[in-house]
Amino acid sequence: MSFMNWIDERFPATKVWNEHLAQYYAPKNFNSWYFFGSLAMLVLVNQIVTGIWLAMAYKPDATLAFASVEYIMRDMDYGWLIRYMHSTGASAFFIVVYLHMFRGLMYGSYRKPRELLWIIGLVIYLAMMATAFFGYLLPWGQMSYWGAQVIVNLFSAVPFVGEELSVWIRGDFVISDATLNRFFALHFLLPFVLAALVFIHIVALHKVGSNNPDGIEIKKGPKGNRWSDTAPADGIPFHPYYSVKDIFGVGMFLILFAAVIFFWPDFGGLFLEAPNFEPANPLKTPPHIAPVWYFTPFYAMLRAVPPMFNSQFPGVVVMFASILIMFALPWLDRSPVKSIRYKGILFKIALAVFAVTFVVLAYLGLQPSTPTKTLLAQIFTGLYFAFFLLMPIYSKLDKTKPVPERVSE
Amino acid sequence: MKKLIAAFALALLPVVGFASEAGVELEKANIDLHNQAAIQRGAKYFTNYCMGCHSAKYVRYQLLKNVGLSESQIKDNLIFDGSKVGDLMSIAMPEAYAAGSFGAPAPDLTLEARRRSADWIYTYLKSFYTDPSRPTGVNNIVFPNVGMPNILWELEGIKDPVFKYEVHEGTHSVGSYDTEAEAEAAAKEMGEGHRVVKIVHGFERRTDGKLSDADFDQAVRDLTTYLTYIAEPMKLERQEMGVWVLLFLVVFTVLAYMMKKEWWKDVH
Repeated sequence: MSFMNWIDERFPATKVWNEHLAQYYAPKNFNSWYFFGSLAMLVLVNQIVTGIWLAMAYKPDATLAFASVEYIMRDMDYGWLIRYMHSTGASAFFIVVYLHMFRGLMYGSYRKPRELLWIIGLVIYLAMMATAFFGYLLPWGQMSYWGAQVIVNLFSAVPFVGEELSVWIRGDFVISDATLNRFFALHFLLPFVLAALVFIHIVALHKVGSNNPDGIEIKKGPKGNRWSDTAPADGIPFHPYYSVKDIFGVGMFLILFAAVIFFWPDFGGLFLEAPNFEPANPLKTPPHIAPVWYFTPFYAMLRAVPPMFNSQFPGVVVMFASILIMFALPWLDRSPVKSIRYKGILFKIALAVFAVTFVVLAYLGLQPSTPTKTLLAQIFTGLYFAFFLLMPIYSKLDKTKPVPERVSE
Repeated sequence: MKKLIAAFALALLPVVGFASEAGVELEKANIDLHNQAAIQRGAKYFTNYCMGCHSAKYVRYQLLKNVGLSESQIKDNLIFDGSKVGDLMSIAMPEAYAAGSFGAPAPDLTLEARRRSADWIYTYLKSFYTDPSRPTGVNNIVFPNVGMPNILWELEGIKDPVFKYEVHEGTHSVGSYDTEAEAEAAAKEMGEGHRVVKIVHGFERRTDGKLSDADFDQAVRDLTTYLTYIAEPMKLERQEMGVWVLLFLVVFTVLAYMMKKEWWKDVH
């Protein structure tokens, strides 16, 4: 081991390995919901690696972009595979992250002492949304173009500075070559910011330790396990236990991921939308413009708010508020327990309604608006905010069960 | 003898099917991408009939080597403008000229099957009918007031529309009549808020084409097969590869599960 000694005297390789893997003690009762964190990292790596290869042939130029994507699909060796991995990966990223966040909601992973961990996670989510938004313009299809047009126009609803703001974002008065160039630059940059944020997320996680399905702080429980006298009795070393378990999770995920890539890459028009197979045409507005599915819950809330004082701004405020309100979550939950296992019926109902609300809003955001659908969107927007704003009340009234001292087997 | 063609999928086909933008039920194209002969024939129709106006500018002629054509077959039968086999299937007609002649430049058709669908293309090409009010003399029920002439009329023959008169309440049809007078009377009886809408209900043949109905359907199906093929030429390759990838992943996952079980024996 003299080689490792030589390294360790100059770089704390063994120390880092032990602190974060071999001697990092995670609760032994993780269930399948705990796969999604590592899967999110896997998908991020997939996006970065496939993205670099796509960037080798892609041309961020309004006259060449669409053709360069078709060049990748047709003339580049396995270009179609790389492109489908990237386009499917974008949707997969949001699926695993939404499930990862829902896990946090179920087991109270946002509660003290993990408030900052939750907040860093939300910053990652915001960076992801920005990355996805910039990336969606790049194929330069009709939906790329008009989707970006609609979203950037939201900024023009900001009072007083709106017009200038939206022109500043686009670099032009409409979405154009200048916009495509800067979106490509930002789409290339942001994934590395994401990677840095993920690193910070993990540093924060390893400071406070992982939560678990029981919401019990294993660090506060009895000490001493097979590996160490000072480690939590209910903890097991992350490596090898969770590394081998996560490999199984990766296998399960890749089966589904590959099934979509090889057999259903359009995913019924949700992952690759039909209008996007037509090149961007600034003179031809498509009959129905909708963002990609992962943005539609927020888009539905935007459309649910009627214009006030001749301005769309209130809708924009509601849309941004729907994301920002998640930052307050650690302080809204007043329940004495963390996990849904020991929470009462009120919280369980609230969380179930919230999950349904999110899916219904996602559906409504994809549909052309009708009076009925707008009314539904308004009701579900109300339910979305009620989940957060009423939480201090219902989480306090809720009848909780006593939390055991040790995690369940 | 005039024969009435019940060309509408509406009455003949199962309810499953995607509606077009115009709300017409689409006929099933029933294409088979494994049928290389159909793709070859479709390529011939495409280069002979479509490429006067439409390009497929993301496709190279040499792609057709993958469906069993040799380089010289491609050169002798499909290339009329001196292009090389490795060239893209672009056209000489400038967009501005097309816009002047037909109201809009003819769209590139490389991705039409993914933009619309195979069923849409198949039904569209069979849905032209005579309409003297249009500059081209024809209209289309799938794509009303389309700028494109019925380029396949020689093969298909000429079809006149058969109208029906529907009484609408709002956007719903509440009755269907053969003559306008009957419909007007019915609408009057039903009272305020009912109006008569004239719709194309079927086609009546005016002149026969070079092909029989069955042969024309096959020709359109071949063309649809070709357009579906060029929209995603790697589709069969990707599905074939997918089977092996999934088989590998299933074995990998089973092994990963066994490894996890083995490591975790002493935990629970």
